[in-house]
Amino acid sequence: MGHETPAGDLRLANLTKRFGVFTAVDDLSLTIPQGSFFALLGASGCGKTTTLRMIAGLEEPTSGQVLLGDRDIAGLRPYKRPVNTVFQSYALFPHLDIHENVAFGLRRRGIRKVTDQVERMLSLVQLEGYGRRKPAQLSGGQQQRVALARALINHPQVLLLDEPLGALDLKLRRQMQIELKRIQTEVGITFVHVTHDQEEAMTMADTVAVMNAGRIEQLGAPADLYEYPATAFVANFLGQSNLLAGEAAGHSGDDVLVTAHGARFSVPAGRARADHGSVFLGVRPEKLHLVAGPDQVPAGHQHLGGVVSDASYVGVSTQYLVRTPWGSELSAFAANSGVGGRLPVGTPVTAHWDPRHAFLLPRAAGEDDQTSPLLDEPPVGALS
Amino acid sequence: MSALAHVPTSSGQPAAPPGARRGRSRLLPYLLLLPGAAWLLVFFVLPLLQLAAASLYDPSGSISTGYAMTWAFGNYPDALQQYWPQLARSFGYSAIALVLALLMGYPLAYGIAQKAGRWKNLLLVAVVAPMFTSFLVRTLAWKTILSDNGWVVGLLRDVHLLGADGRLLATPFAVVLGLTYNFLPFLVLPLYASLERLDPRLLEAASDLYASPLRAFQKVTLPLSMPGVIAGTLLFFIPATGDYINAELLGTPNEYMIGNVIDSAFLVRLDYPQGAALSFLLMAAILAIVFVYLRKAGTEEVL
Ligand SMILES: Nc1ncnc2c1ncn2[C@@H]1O[C@H](COP(=O)(O)OP(=O)(O)OP(=O)(O)O)[C@@H](O)[C@H]1O
Ligand SMILES: [Mg+2]
Repeated sequence: MGHETPAGDLRLANLTKRFGVFTAVDDLSLTIPQGSFFALLGASGCGKTTTLRMIAGLEEPTSGQVLLGDRDIAGLRPYKRPVNTVFQSYALFPHLDIHENVAFGLRRRGIRKVTDQVERMLSLVQLEGYGRRKPAQLSGGQQQRVALARALINHPQVLLLDEPLGALDLKLRRQMQIELKRIQTEVGITFVHVTHDQEEAMTMADTVAVMNAGRIEQLGAPADLYEYPATAFVANFLGQSNLLAGEAAGHSGDDVLVTAHGARFSVPAGRARADHGSVFLGVRPEKLHLVAGPDQVPAGHQHLGGVVSDASYVGVSTQYLVRTPWGSELSAFAANSGVGGRLPVGTPVTAHWDPRHAFLLPRAAGEDDQTSPLLDEPPVGALS
Repeated sequence: MSALAHVPTSSGQPAAPPGARRGRSRLLPYLLLLPGAAWLLVFFVLPLLQLAAASLYDPSGSISTGYAMTWAFGNYPDALQQYWPQLARSFGYSAIALVLALLMGYPLAYGIAQKAGRWKNLLLVAVVAPMFTSFLVRTLAWKTILSDNGWVVGLLRDVHLLGADGRLLATPFAVVLGLTYNFLPFLVLPLYASLERLDPRLLEAASDLYASPLRAFQKVTLPLSMPGVIAGTLLFFIPATGDYINAELLGTPNEYMIGNVIDSAFLVRLDYPQGAALSFLLMAAILAIVFVYLRKAGTEEVL
């Protein structure tokens, strides 16, 4: 089943799910091309699992369609859909051993000789020799890998992965990411991958969608989302951003002019999501450079002054917080390349950036500057 | 009782050397077992030994003349030869009743556990509530319901499911029905307990992995509820096989089960050796069946 159906893109059309008065998924429309790796990112409770459950057929949409190729599968019972799920809760069958758990889907489709396939799958998730154990005799990470193997072995048209690597340590997680990516490319399965790990989403996916309160905030290639976010939510959710509250002040040639905190800045029109009213002027911390004074700012760069209020050394880079004269803070990452010394707290500095790296976002009136606090770990993109 | 008093005194001494303390903590589980063990000894093992002895008394003795211990093993074959139909009937009736009870009880337990929502507790009370009245009274009520001039028989005669003088009372049907009815809660409660623990997400996973609802039931629900099925089956089957009230009130001597024979041996015919021998035969047969059943049902995949 599922193998005979015409291949095709997965399309969600105006998909909505309400639980009582609460809207968990709100008029979601998107197309996931066949064989692509699609990552769904979003804060806890924003409707990711609910979206996957509607694709799998475990939740009935309040309205909207789920299409696979030209076929509306929204009416199909889950066991008739060429879709498998790696569940967030694993949902392994406690009465069956690992071998039988993994073989479950094959057996239900009437395949008799399953041993070779199961063995190969188990070795892929590095669980050779665990076939005769019961799920309760495995660690959380091992159980998660069984859940992965159990879904993957069926080679479905669409594989839904609900945080499939969340319980694994960093090293194993990287290995599994590589394996997953390899299988996805080799077999041409469409992956819909829900994760909290931005780096995982950025490195693995062809397309990333950032979800917020049941809606897709932005969708696109990982680099596009990172370099040119569409909303303040995306700018802060995917990596970190310095967002300065300002007002758009007309055009000058190909630039949009902005006034913020008494200073004038400009951003190329091609990097402006808003060109009138209240705006955020955004700069990523690694694009913000610190120098001793305005005279050292390279030509064409824009700048503002401040005082270093915090510095944290994280090995490959040093993360600084710079307090501006109007009291908000900016964060800046300086690579520890050996060029230039470290700046002690209290040093007056000038922060500058290339306007081609800045972006303009719409801002609700009354919202103030936004800066993410310093992290212990360097954020996505800071190192690569 | 002396065992009970023993526990606090022995653990109440404060300054014991470490070694002795470790020894005592190893003893503690056994000390906790003592009251129960003493109870079983006095009220189960000793009477059982007495019964075993009685089953080997000289059969020609009587209450008035007294019994002599003659190791009369012949009591067993004699009793079996005389009463094997009743013994076979006991197992036959309770096996049929068990099948009927499973057919009714499984859907009932499943419905209460998985589908009843906020009615769950009310339905559970409804299952247990009949037990608040006496077993005897309820069986007598069935006697009225099934009586020859009751409306049930009247209706069945009108639609010609029963002949003009057909009856329900005093038939094997009535006895099996009584057994099914009276012991159903013993089957439903353990079944409910195991079905209530069933994680609905496992059924979702099964359905995601190409299992139709029927297959999901067969491969996930049923095996996961097996502990409940086994416990319920035993709790139903054992008392149903030894029962004599249903055959007594709803049947005739033609429907008598082994319980009725033992009852009359002890209380009417006063043939203690025979009553004791029959009791042991019944017990041995039940033990054998339970043993075989557990061996079979205990294996991993029942289906
Ligand atoms: N059966 C339900 N009844 C009522 N509300 C529900 C139900 N299932 C989910 N919700 C609500 O819908 C929202 C989205 O839930 P969902 O499980 O899709 O979140 P999620 O994005 O997967 O979150 P997480 O990252 O924590 O797994 C949540 O606010 C949740 O409380
Ligand atoms: Mg979730």
